[in-house]
Amino acid sequence: AFFWLVSLLLSSLIWFIAVKASDPRDEPLQRGLLIFGVVFSVLLQEVFRFLYYKLLRKAIEGLVALSEDGCSPISIQQMAYVAGVGFGLMSGAFSMINLLADALGPGTVGIHGDSQLYFLTSAFMTMVLIFLHTFWGILFFHGCEHRRWWEIAAVVVMHLAVSGSTFCNPLYVGSLVPSYLLMAIAAVWAYLLSGGSAQNVRRFLLCKS
Amino acid sequence: MITFMNNSDSEEEPCNERTSLMSAESPPVPSYQDGLQASEAGEAQAHRKRRTGSSRSPNNTADGDLSDLGVPVRESALENEEEELTLKYGAKHVIMLFVPVTLCMIVVVATIKSVRFYTEKNGQLIYTPFSEDTPSVGQRLLNSVLNTIIMISVIIVMTVFLVLLYKYRCYKFIHGWLILSSLMLLFLFTYIYLGEVLKTYNVAMDYPTLFLVIWNFGAVGMICIHWKGPLQLQQAYLIMISALMALVFIKYLPEWSAWVILGAISIYDLMAVLCPKGPLRMLVETAQERNEPIFPALIYSSAMIWTVGMAKPDTAARGPSHQTWDSAEDGRENHRSPSHADSRMSETRSPVPTRPITSLEEEESKGRGVKLGLGDFIFYSVLVGKAAATASGDWNTTLACFVAILIGLCLTLLLLAVFKKALPALPISITFGLVFYFSTDNLVRPFMDTLASHQLYI
Repeated sequence: AFFWLVSLLLSSLIWFIAVKASDPRDEPLQRGLLIFGVVFSVLLQEVFRFLYYKLLRKAIEGLVALSEDGCSPISIQQMAYVAGVGFGLMSGAFSMINLLADALGPGTVGIHGDSQLYFLTSAFMTMVLIFLHTFWGILFFHGCEHRRWWEIAAVVVMHLAVSGSTFCNPLYVGSLVPSYLLMAIAAVWAYLLSGGSAQNVRRFLLCKS
Repeated sequence: MITFMNNSDSEEEPCNERTSLMSAESPPVPSYQDGLQASEAGEAQAHRKRRTGSSRSPNNTADGDLSDLGVPVRESALENEEEELTLKYGAKHVIMLFVPVTLCMIVVVATIKSVRFYTEKNGQLIYTPFSEDTPSVGQRLLNSVLNTIIMISVIIVMTVFLVLLYKYRCYKFIHGWLILSSLMLLFLFTYIYLGEVLKTYNVAMDYPTLFLVIWNFGAVGMICIHWKGPLQLQQAYLIMISALMALVFIKYLPEWSAWVILGAISIYDLMAVLCPKGPLRMLVETAQERNEPIFPALIYSSAMIWTVGMAKPDTAARGPSHQTWDSAEDGRENHRSPSHADSRMSETRSPVPTRPITSLEEEESKGRGVKLGLGDFIFYSVLVGKAAATASGDWNTTLACFVAILIGLCLTLLLLAVFKKALPALPISITFGLVFYFSTDNLVRPFMDTLASHQLYI
C-alpha cells in the first residue's frame, strides 16, 4: 500500500508540474496532459511493484538464512498475493473514499446532465480494479521469479488497457465490459499459476475432500 | 471566553506537563533488550542458583548434574533461537502496536469529522501566545516559529524536571503529579467530550445519569491505569486518554504552529533519546539500573508484565532446566515483593516442566511485549486529526497520513529489533506523515479530483 502511495505521489507530482507549466484554458491540451498523467502513473505503479518485489526478495533471503529448517515462514506466492491486495486496496480506497463521503451528503446524481449511474459504475470499476491488482500481483511476481518477461509485459499491457478503457467513460459499456473480461482472464491465469487446476475446482465445487 | 481560557490554563498546566511527560516517554522501552540481556545474565544466575539449589536438596543431585550438563549446549542453542525469535516475533509486535495506534487514530478522526466543536477556533493555550491572524505570511510564519519555541522549551523544562525528580527518588511527588493529571483528563476532558458529542447528536442526558457515567468511567480509569486491572481495559483507557489529549491539541493549536510543533518535537525526540545526556535516555537508563518499570501511566505496553518489571520474568524464565525450578525461583524472589507477581509467574511456569524448550520460549515471548510511550500515540493522532480537519475535507489525505505513520512505526520497530535499545518512535513516522500530508494535499488532490470528475481510473 505504501509503495502504491509513493508511486501515486510521484506521478501526481509530474502531472502537477506539467499542468502548472501549461495553459489552463486550453481544453484539449489539458485532456492530453491528463492522459499523459494517467499513462505515466500506470507505468510508475508497475515500476514500484517491481521495486517492492525486489525488497520482498531480499526479505525472504534474510528470513531463510535465519530460519532453522531452511525455508521461510511465508512463501513468495503469499507475498505476491498480499502485495497485490495492498496495491488494490490502496488504489480502491483512494478512488472511492471521497465518493463515499460525498454520497453521505445531500445531492442529486447527474443533475447537470452527467450519467445517473455515476456511483454504481464507480463502485463496479473500483471493485474490478482491486481484483485486478491482486491478480496482477500474483502474475507479476511469478514472472519475476521465473524470469518470464512476457508475463510482466502482459501485466503492464493489461493495466494500460484497463486504464485506457476508462477514457471511454461515460460510455460505460466500453470500460466496464473489457475490464471484467480482462479480470476473468487474469483470474484464471493467476489461479493456474498458483497451482490450481480444473480438477481442484471441480473437487471444491462438489465438496469432495 | 476569558473564564474558559482561564479554566483551560489551569487544566492545561498539569495536562501539558503530562503531555511533556508523555512525549518524553516516547521511546519504546526495549523489552527486547532487557529480555536478551537479562536472559544472558539470567542464565548465569540460573546456573549458579541451580548449583546451590542442587547442593541444598540432596535428592535432586541427579537432576542437578543432568541440568548442569545440559546447560552449556542449550545456551548456545538458545542464542540462535533468540535471534530468530526476535525477527519472527517482531512481526507480531508490530501488529500488537498497529491495533492501538489505529484505534486511537480512528477515534480522533471520527470525532473530528462529526463533532464541530473540535474544529472551531475558540482561543489558544497560554503556551502558544502568538496569534496567527496576521495579514502577512512572513509574520504568520514568525509567530508560529515563536509558538513552537515556547512550547518545546516548556516540554524540555518539564521533562528535565521529571528526570530530576526521578533521579532523586521523589516518587511520591511524581505519583501525585501523574494522578492529578490523569484525574483531570479522565474527568474534566471526558465531561467536555461527552457534552459535545451529545450536543452534536442532539441527545439529552440529565445530570444524575451524566454524573454516574462520568464517575464510573473516571474511577475505573484511575484504578486501571495507576493500580491493577485487566490488561485490555488498561490499554483501552490509555488509548482513550491519548485520543482526548490529541483532540485538545487539535482544537487549541493554531494551524501553522501545529505543523511546526510536530516537526520540532520529532527532532527533540530524536535528540532526547539518542544523545548521551538526553533526559529521556537518562530516564530509561535510571529505570533500568534500578530494575523498575517506568510509570505505567505514561507507557502503553502490549503485554502484561508491568508490575513485575522488565528484567524479572525473563531472568526467571530463561533458565533452561526445568527440574530445580522452585528452589531457583525462591532464591530470586526475595528482592521483589509483589506477591501477585509471584503468582503470575508461577502460573506461567507450572505447565513448563513438561514442555520442550521451543514452546517455553514462545510462551515467554507472548508474555513480553513492546512498549510505546503515550506521547507517541498523542502526536500521531494529532497529525492524522489535523489532516482530517484541515485538508479541505479530503479523506485521501487522512488515509495517506495514516498509512505513512504506520509504515514509519514498522520501520521504527524494525530498527528496534536491530539495535535493541530504546529508540525514539516519533521522528520517522512524523516525517513520513508530514511529507505525505503536504504532498497529498497539494499534489495528489488536484490530480485525483480531476480523474474522478472524468471518471478515469489509474
